[in-house]
Amino acid sequence: MAMKIFKNFFKRIFTNIFKNKKEMKLGFYGPPNAGKTSLANRICKDFTGEEIGSVSKVPHETRNVQFKEKVDISYKGKKLTFKIIDTPGIATKIDYENFLKYKVSKKDAKIRAKEATQGIIESIKWLDDMDMVVVVMDASENPYNQVNITIIGNLVARKIPVLIVANKIDLKKANIKKIESAFPEYDVVGISAKQGKNLEEFYESLFKVSKKV
Amino acid sequence: MVKKKVNKKGRLGRIKGFSIQFLPYSEIKSLNSDERIRKILGIVLGNNILIVQGRLRNEEETRLIGDTMAMIDHVKNFKGIELAVIAGNGNGGFLDNFKQRLVRGLSGGDLGAITIIGPATIVKEIKRDPKKIELLLTK
Repeated sequence: MAMKIFKNFFKRIFTNIFKNKKEMKLGFYGPPNAGKTSLANRICKDFTGEEIGSVSKVPHETRNVQFKEKVDISYKGKKLTFKIIDTPGIATKIDYENFLKYKVSKKDAKIRAKEATQGIIESIKWLDDMDMVVVVMDASENPYNQVNITIIGNLVARKIPVLIVANKIDLKKANIKKIESAFPEYDVVGISAKQGKNLEEFYESLFKVSKKV
Repeated sequence: MVKKKVNKKGRLGRIKGFSIQFLPYSEIKSLNSDERIRKILGIVLGNNILIVQGRLRNEEETRLIGDTMAMIDHVKNFKGIELAVIAGNGNGGFLDNFKQRLVRGLSGGDLGAITIIGPATIVKEIKRDPKKIELLLTK
């Protein structure tokens, strides 16, 4: 009996030590143009010196899942290692004609639309592989968007910890309170990935939510 | 609320080429996920706005989005769907939430919710906030 207690005690200590050394798969999900890649770039640039992908005003700029492995994020003396996974924005419709207003040629718009549909399928497939997800929303847009609700519902069903980021707080129309009231059960942190505003609070929330993994 | 195009004389313009169909939960209750999604997409592809009693499971909602994306490449003039689920917000306190969960468990689905699905060629946007929902149609 004493031997069993002794064994369990050491097992628990070793499990905790090695659990923290593991690389956590951190996904960035959300609708198109919410700023997922901008935020992932900001983190990767801060901690690895390299960006993860290109950013554009044209929706569906990210059309493939992009990774950055072994990203060591340090905050207030603590360090966590993440595999950052930036996913294409999820939408329920894609019309190539919407890209034409961004001066994209018709041929390129059709290619972009096709790649965007495949990117969305890929994003959905990746949901199962995440340890933790940052759902990025545009704080100047209506948060009662079915894509946001569906993503969060799926993460909850899979018991994957969620952190909601209200991005673009530098915009006049930004309203974090609306996001907070739409998702009252979750941690919501307001940032501007573009201007690097409020990232300290983001890292604090990230470390807090990572404890649920 | 359905917004219709208003002409110069201030009269509502006629909207042609689609219908609104209601699908009671009993129609999909016994179907598996594949069959449910096939049934829903079959109705939506026929240029119908579909109102489903209840809501799909979380994984069915993502599956519906995934299958929709796959169809955009293969079905001519199909640009995707507009989707909205209207459900209780779960802020009714412990007793209300417990009652809702009990009813859901007994009936096998969230019958207090409704799901609206329409083809993107007809439904431009489903605008929603906690108190109202607006279905904006394409011109």
